[in-house]
Amino acid sequence: MDKFTKITSSAIPLAIENIDTDQIIPARFLKATDKKGFGENLFRDWRFDKNGKINNDFPLNDKRFSGSILVAGDNFGCGSSREHAAWAVHGYGIKVVVSSFFADIFKGNALNNGVLPVQVSPSFLKNIFEAIQNDSDTEIEVDLENQEITILSNQNFESFEINSYKKTCLINGYDDIDFLVSMKEDIQAFEKARVE
Amino acid sequence: MKKTLFDKVWDAHVVKEMKDKQQILYIDKHLIHEVTSPQAFNELEQRGIPVFRPKQIVATADHNTPTIDQHLPVKDEMSRNQLNQLSKNCSKNNITLYDLGHKYNGIAHVMSPELGITQPGMTMVCGDSHTSTHGAFGTIAFGIGTSQVAQVFASQSLLLQKPKSLRITVDGDLKPGVLPKDVILYIIAKLGTNSGTGYFCEYAGTVFQEMSMEGRMTVCNMSIEMGARGGMIAPDETTFNYIKGREFAPKGNDFDKKVAYWKTLPTDPGASFDQEYHLDAQDIEPMITFGTNPGMGIKINESIPSEDNASFEKSLAYMNFEKGQSLIDQQVNYVFIGSCTNGRIEDFRAAAKFIEGKVKADHVTAWFVPGSQQVAKQIEEEGLKEIFEQAGFQLRQPGCSACLAMNDDKIPEGEYCVSTSNRNFEGRQGQGARTILASPLVAAATAINGKIIDITKQFV
Ligand code: SF4
Repeated sequence: MDKFTKITSSAIPLAIENIDTDQIIPARFLKATDKKGFGENLFRDWRFDKNGKINNDFPLNDKRFSGSILVAGDNFGCGSSREHAAWAVHGYGIKVVVSSFFADIFKGNALNNGVLPVQVSPSFLKNIFEAIQNDSDTEIEVDLENQEITILSNQNFESFEINSYKKTCLINGYDDIDFLVSMKEDIQAFEKARVE
Repeated sequence: MKKTLFDKVWDAHVVKEMKDKQQILYIDKHLIHEVTSPQAFNELEQRGIPVFRPKQIVATADHNTPTIDQHLPVKDEMSRNQLNQLSKNCSKNNITLYDLGHKYNGIAHVMSPELGITQPGMTMVCGDSHTSTHGAFGTIAFGIGTSQVAQVFASQSLLLQKPKSLRITVDGDLKPGVLPKDVILYIIAKLGTNSGTGYFCEYAGTVFQEMSMEGRMTVCNMSIEMGARGGMIAPDETTFNYIKGREFAPKGNDFDKKVAYWKTLPTDPGASFDQEYHLDAQDIEPMITFGTNPGMGIKINESIPSEDNASFEKSLAYMNFEKGQSLIDQQVNYVFIGSCTNGRIEDFRAAAKFIEGKVKADHVTAWFVPGSQQVAKQIEEEGLKEIFEQAGFQLRQPGCSACLAMNDDKIPEGEYCVSTSNRNFEGRQGQGARTILASPLVAAATAINGKIIDITKQFV
C-alpha cells in the first residue's frame, strides 16, 4: 500500500448525494480476478452513455476539474461491499474522497487501499463546493498527520477524525493482514479456550 | 451488567483488546463467492500465507451464474474464468465449494441458513453486504471488503471497532397483504438510508416474534440498505425449530446443549441501546419504491412526495416519474421474483397463492429465480412450479440473476421492473433499467395485471 502523509491538489466536485457503489463501479465490471484496470470504469455509466460516447457535462470529464481529491455529496459509497469501488477510485488516481458522510464498508475498503475518506461538516462541504465553483483551480490541502483539511484560497479549514491505528497504517503503508498474522498465538489460544 | 443480544455475541468473540478501541474479533464462519474472493486468494499467495482455517469457509457460485442451461459451460468468458478461478482456489486450499449444479448450490445467504450452517450466537462474514441476512438467527453477520476476506483467510479474525447499537421495535398486528419485505421497506423509508450507519441493529417487538425465519431473513437482509452493518433478531423457538434436523445443524444431545446456550442470548430486559425507534405495525401497508435508493419508498397507494433537492430530482428523472404522481396503473413489462431478499420458499408460496388460477399479462416478461437448488426442489415438490407454468411463467435455475445483472438476466434500458430484490440503484438491473422494489405479492400481482395495482383493495 502507498504511504500517505499530506496532499495538496485541486479537486473534482461531484455534488450528488447517496452515490452508491453500483455507480462507482457497475456490476458488469466485477468479473476481473485481479485489482487492476478498475480506474478506467470509475463512474462508467455517468461518464459515458450506453454507446460509449463521452458525457462532457460530467465533472470527471469536465476539463476545468482535475486532481487527486474527489469531493462528493452526503452518504458516499453506500450499497455493496465490493472493494472494486475502492480499487476504481484508487485506480483513477484519487487519493482523498471528501464528503459529509460515508457508508461504513466503503470507508473501511478505502482505508485498506490507501485512499483517505475525509468526513467534514455539511457546511464545510458546501464551502468547498462553492470555492471550486468560484475557481476550479482551487487547491485543497489534506494533512493526515495533523488531521486537517484546508481550502487554500480562503484558508478555511476543519479538522477531521480518523482512527489512530488506521492513521498509522496509512502513514506507514501497513495493512491489517501483517498485524493479524502476528497475533496468531492469541487467536489459537482463543480457539482452544472456547473448546474447553 | 445488562447486555444486548449483540453485546453477548460480540463479546464472546473478542480475542484481544488493542489500543484505540480496536478489537480482534474471531470469525466462526466465512462464506465466499466468485466475485469478491479471487483478489484475496492472490494476496495470500503473493505473501506466502496459507489459509488458516479452511474448514470454517464455505464457498458457492452465485453472482455470475446463468439461470438457464446450467449444465452447459458458462458462455460469458469472463464469468466462466471467474467461476473456474473459484473452483481452483477452493480445491487448492481444501475449501468446500457448492459449485454450479451441486445440490447445495445457491445464493450464499439462502444456501447457508437452509443447510443449518448459520446458527445463533455465531460470527459470520462474507464479501457481500447482504451477509446481514444471517442475523435473523441471532448471529452477528456482516459484509466485508476483499482486503478483509484476505484477513479472515489469513487469521480467521478481523480487526474492528465495536459498532454502536440500535434497536427498532415494531409492535402490533400486520395488516393482510403486508409481508416482511413491506416491513423493512417501510422502516428504511421512514428512517432513511443512512440512519443505521455505524450501528448494528436489533429488530424487536411482536411483529418479528411472530415472523417466520424466512421473513426474518428478508428483514435482516436489507439492514444494510439503511446503512447498518447488520441486523439481528433474538433466537427463539421459531429459530430452533427451523434449524433442527438441517444438514449441518448439531444433532441429538449437541443440539439440546446448543439450544440451552442459544436461550441465553436474547437482550436482557433493561439493557440499553445507543439509539431506539418504535414503530406501529398498523401504520405499515404494502410498499413500493419510486426512486433510485431503497429509502425512496411509499405505501403502494400513496403519491410520490415532493422534495426540492437536486439528488431527489435526478433520481425521479432517471425513473421518469414526477412529483405527486401515483404509481397505481403504471404499466410494467418486467417482473423479477428472486434474490437473497425474496428468493426463499415462502416468497414463492406467497407469489403462487396469488397467481393460482390466473394468467400472466401478455406483455410481461417475468423471471422467477429460486435462491438455491434446495428452494427449486421444494418449489417442485410443493406443486408451485405447475401453478407458475399454468399461469405462463417459467421457473429459472438458482442464482443472483437480475438482482445485479452480472449474467444475461438484464432489464433493457428504460424499462420498469418490479423486483423483489434489495437495490433500485441506477443501472443495478442493467444499464438504464428502472427498478421498483416490492414484495413477492406485489410483484406477482404486477406480473398478472401487467401494471401496478392497489393490492390493498384485494383485502377489504
Ligand atoms: S441476490 Fe443480489 S444482493 Fe443477494 S447476494 Fe446476490 S447480488 Fe447480492
